[in-house]
Amino acid sequence: MKRLALILCLLAAPLFAVEPDEVLDDPVLEERAREISAEVRCVVCQNEPIDSSNAGVARDLRLIIRERLVAGDTNDEVFEYLVARYGDFVLFNPPWRPSTYALWLGPFVILALGFLAVFMALRSKRGQMTPSLTPEEQARLDALRKKDIP
Amino acid sequence: MNRIFPLTLLGLVVIFVAVAGYFLTKPDFNPSSIPSALVSQPVPEFALEPIDGVDTPGLTTADLKGQGLTLVNVFASWCGPCRAEHPILTRMGQDQDLRIVAINYKDQPAAAADWLEELGNPYELIGSDFSGRAGIEWGVTGVPETFIVSNDGIVLHRFPGPVVGDGQRRFQEALDAAKASQ
Repeated sequence: MKRLALILCLLAAPLFAVEPDEVLDDPVLEERAREISAEVRCVVCQNEPIDSSNAGVARDLRLIIRERLVAGDTNDEVFEYLVARYGDFVLFNPPWRPSTYALWLGPFVILALGFLAVFMALRSKRGQMTPSLTPEEQARLDALRKKDIP
Repeated sequence: MNRIFPLTLLGLVVIFVAVAGYFLTKPDFNPSSIPSALVSQPVPEFALEPIDGVDTPGLTTADLKGQGLTLVNVFASWCGPCRAEHPILTRMGQDQDLRIVAINYKDQPAAAADWLEELGNPYELIGSDFSGRAGIEWGVTGVPETFIVSNDGIVLHRFPGPVVGDGQRRFQEALDAAKASQ
């Protein structure tokens, strides 16, 4: 019984969302379709690309992407088609435009602020670590130094 | 160091309060809702046949131009929330003298016909979108969804989810704004 279960487990092929009837005959176009699908967010299950989503809408979109490629669209034209209907939201890789400047630049701004904070902290620390000596301390230091040299 | 640390802490608190305050003042903010690309765009090009066995005529792009403010309800008989919002939409249509049309999304004609028979048919036109293609043209992510379309055939609002409870209040607000803009 255990052995049977094991055999069944091995037989179970990994499940792919892309169904056999969707796959294009032309391997080059199919490869492009897969590339595009990996970049498109599923609108139902939002952290999944449509390439690996089993949602109905995701399947419809995969089929449409393939249709458009067969019709001669470039990859960019396919993305434009999808963005016209579902907005920038469907792109995992958001475009560079005024509404996304904060998104793209924000991390660098925060990084720069972090460097600034570290820099300022280090500078103020260094100031504390080398306090100037009082006249009495200086006199003692001088006396000690003289003593050391024979 | 002792001077910088409280200052940094204060800065972080200020940033936190600003961000939290921003989202608190937007009670309808829902991070998982998809902003519609269609709003303030003309309705997409589509042409749908009527549902087999239902007398209501089909729906095309031309039906949404010059016919006054129109609600386009995307529904399916297999969708539970659609059943919940149906009487509310029907009543809204009667009370406010609204023109309501529908896209029957990925539905079996017989099932849709039974559903309309059981719950009533408030729709002036119904297009049967068996393949879901028109749904994609409209940027539909699921059912139900309701669009408010202006007299000029411009999409004024997209409302995903059922028009019930708080959703009804938000939908009515959008509808009032749409009426005011006409």
